[in-house]
Amino acid sequence: MSPTHRRSAASRHDAASGRRAGSRPGAAVLGVVGELLLTAGVLVLLFLVWQLWWTDVVADREQSGIIDGLEQEWGTVDEEQIAPRQDGPPPVPDAPEEGKVWATMHVPAFDRPRFPLAEGVDLESVLNVKGAGHYPETALPGEVGNAAIAGHRNTYSRVFEDIDRLEPGDSIVIETADAFYVYAVTESLIVMPQDVEVIAPVPGEPGVEPEDRMLTLTACHPMYSARERYIVHAEFAYWTDRADGIPEALAADTSATESPASDAGGED
Amino acid sequence: MYGWLWRRLPGPTWVRMLLVLVLLAAVIVALFGWGFPALARYLPFDDGLVGAAGSESLIPRS
Repeated sequence: MSPTHRRSAASRHDAASGRRAGSRPGAAVLGVVGELLLTAGVLVLLFLVWQLWWTDVVADREQSGIIDGLEQEWGTVDEEQIAPRQDGPPPVPDAPEEGKVWATMHVPAFDRPRFPLAEGVDLESVLNVKGAGHYPETALPGEVGNAAIAGHRNTYSRVFEDIDRLEPGDSIVIETADAFYVYAVTESLIVMPQDVEVIAPVPGEPGVEPEDRMLTLTACHPMYSARERYIVHAEFAYWTDRADGIPEALAADTSATESPASDAGGED
Repeated sequence: MYGWLWRRLPGPTWVRMLLVLVLLAAVIVALFGWGFPALARYLPFDDGLVGAAGSESLIPRS
């Protein structure tokens, strides 16, 4: 290459970089803004991954540990044995202290049929970690009044994910150290978050003296939103002694594999 | 911004790649461990309670 050629190439290069240099401050700012926007997008995606997946992973691990611990503390139940229904008033558990897991819940209609029940409805110390939470100051299982229980529906192990599957007559069972309390669903409602009368001692009628033993579940609604609340009311059906085995309501669960076959046989 | 970071990292390309992965992992651990839980407090889109969120004063005494 001759010096002239090289010079002309160099000057072309200078000219090109000169044009770029003219718009450089703007381009640099735009570049940083673009990178920040991309970063923000990635952060939002990561937040969703955390909220919708990782909280489940952590809470599932925590809850299976809690259930294992309770099994050890309470002893195992003979799942082959169907306990007879007890007549007479059910025993009422001692008032549990805030944050303590004092029961487990069984809902055969749910994909996750068993989960812990703790005292309190604080998000960070109870509902996000331990499972379902019992509203303090509401009745305890077996007590006349309305035992109200809250749970997550989309995150943190989503114990009430399938709450909209419950239909009248479906069983909700609470297991304590001593007894199984079987409740039968009476109705499902969608209410606004401030409608606290659903957890009144007589559901929907605050101030009225209760005569029945009720149970109320509350969860958010619609899915992935906290705009409304999904409410399920259930009425006490019967209780069984934990030492006698499992209640009939949970036995149907284990024989579920057999009954469709026999149903099919009946149809033929 | 990221170009600047890349130029700041020492070593050959593969070392830089490794460093970037380690940095990314550290950021994700920090976010999952502390950042997002702290943020979620202000975005209670999974609040299933009746009454004001986290306030027990609205819950009727039995």
